[in-house]
Amino acid sequence: MSQTGTIGDKLFRSVLLIAAASILVIVAAILYMMVQNSLPTIERFGVGFLTGREWKPAQEEFGALPFIYGTLASSIIALVLSIPISLGVAIYMVEQAPKKLARPIAFLIELLAAIPSVVYGLWGIFVLAPFIRDYLGVFLQDYFGWLPFFQGRLTGIGMLTGGIILALMITPIITSVVRDVLEAVPTTQREAALALGATEWETTRIVLGNAASGIAGAVVLGLGRAIGETMAITMVIGNSAQISISLFEPANTIASLLASNFAEATDKIYMSALIEIGLVLFLVTFVVNALAKLLILKVASGTNSAKHA
Amino acid sequence: MQSKISISNLDFYYGKTQALFDISMEIPERQVVAFIGPSGCGKSTFLRTLNRMNDTIPIARAEGVVKIDGENIYAPGTDVVALRRKVGMVFQKSNPFPKSIFENVAYGIRINGLHKNKADLQERVEKALRDAALLNEVKDRLNSSAFGLSGGQQQRLCIARALAVQPEVILMDEPASALDPIATQKIEELVVELKKQYSIVIVTHNMQQASRVSDKTAFFMLGKLIEFNPTQKMFTNPDERLTEDYITGRFG
Repeated sequence: MSQTGTIGDKLFRSVLLIAAASILVIVAAILYMMVQNSLPTIERFGVGFLTGREWKPAQEEFGALPFIYGTLASSIIALVLSIPISLGVAIYMVEQAPKKLARPIAFLIELLAAIPSVVYGLWGIFVLAPFIRDYLGVFLQDYFGWLPFFQGRLTGIGMLTGGIILALMITPIITSVVRDVLEAVPTTQREAALALGATEWETTRIVLGNAASGIAGAVVLGLGRAIGETMAITMVIGNSAQISISLFEPANTIASLLASNFAEATDKIYMSALIEIGLVLFLVTFVVNALAKLLILKVASGTNSAKHA
Repeated sequence: MQSKISISNLDFYYGKTQALFDISMEIPERQVVAFIGPSGCGKSTFLRTLNRMNDTIPIARAEGVVKIDGENIYAPGTDVVALRRKVGMVFQKSNPFPKSIFENVAYGIRINGLHKNKADLQERVEKALRDAALLNEVKDRLNSSAFGLSGGQQQRLCIARALAVQPEVILMDEPASALDPIATQKIEELVVELKKQYSIVIVTHNMQQASRVSDKTAFFMLGKLIEFNPTQKMFTNPDERLTEDYITGRFG
């Protein structure tokens, strides 16, 4: 390869190499900058930064736990709500819907993914929050009020509203990845099940078994999106640094904290704390995305072996 | 000889394209019937009408009567799931599930609830593997992945999987076309062995294979059944000029 001669090709190769290398440089630069700028709080609070429950910038008290909790809890609510819907839609599109119907559904899902985050947030404030305050929350408290999750004052703004908004936002991505994964399952697998006297449901289970790790990858991708989502969640979650078991209580997430507080972070230690919590978010999303890539690689090789079998 | 499947005046369409024309045929019980013919002649399509596997293609449509044990499988209200349990199928490319060898064979038994208990399940799986001439090769690794088997072993695993639900008819769609000669020979021996218990219909591109394994042979061309006769006669003294031309390799 390297002995190929013309200057043009050498130039071409160098340009591509620079482009590829720039990605590495950018990631490294971001990481370096974040670590560098969060050194003051890393040195001062150590692990206590991650486990502290109080966030009082005026007293120079910085505990990130409520934000880590809020980020994870809202994302988990989003996943719990979104996974059944996404799987249902994807299975319907691939296994049952006639082509005439599958295409418009796919189009609508892409449309959902294209709606700007701030629009979801506005919808959350003006439609979803009052709906939860006046109907859904009342219903949940009437029938499931004995659960600690559904106690407390109903304002419409809080963890549940945030989780539902996130669920809406990650459903398109999970649905479309799951759809691709299901479509990659060879038809011969479905026929094998049908030929043994499998019902539609049993055949679908065989298909899902083939697609299992790809579906897991899709879910982790959705989780990554939910963890990093900022604008919509900051508009509906209530921005309160507390850890409460009640889903009606306001909470906060890392991304939302950063978005709403960066402007007022004037002193060095406050700034450092925000950057350190940003670093935590960066690492969490990095791990989640790496996990997703691994899972998808695994399903890709899995379906290949089924094909060549 | 009693006929197991009786097909009369079967037409088949993919959308507006007609793929099978007015096919009538009696498939005898506990014999091997081979379908031969050039690519695209409709022999696979015809095979798949016998367990209604074409139902999975939205634009496909069959007209006519296919009776198995006297019952029209295209009658409204037919239980397709029960039909397919009775009429098993082995495909061109082996398609084991991404499960262990044991679970592949156990699958059909489980979904149809055929086993009484765990020991019975084990017994049924082993019997199916034995009947498919695979047990000796895999008995030490029943719990390892089916994908670790060779191509020929995977195809015999698929046969075992089909046998495990105790079908009465087995449809085979070019079951050996992706296999080497030795693996092919094993499948052929198996087919001859299996006809003691099952009625078998086998689609094949390989005319030697048809002559080796089948009792009767049907020759298809362009969606029409040209000739259906005992294999011996078909390959020595066919009634139709087209059959002779095809068998002697003058075309196709």
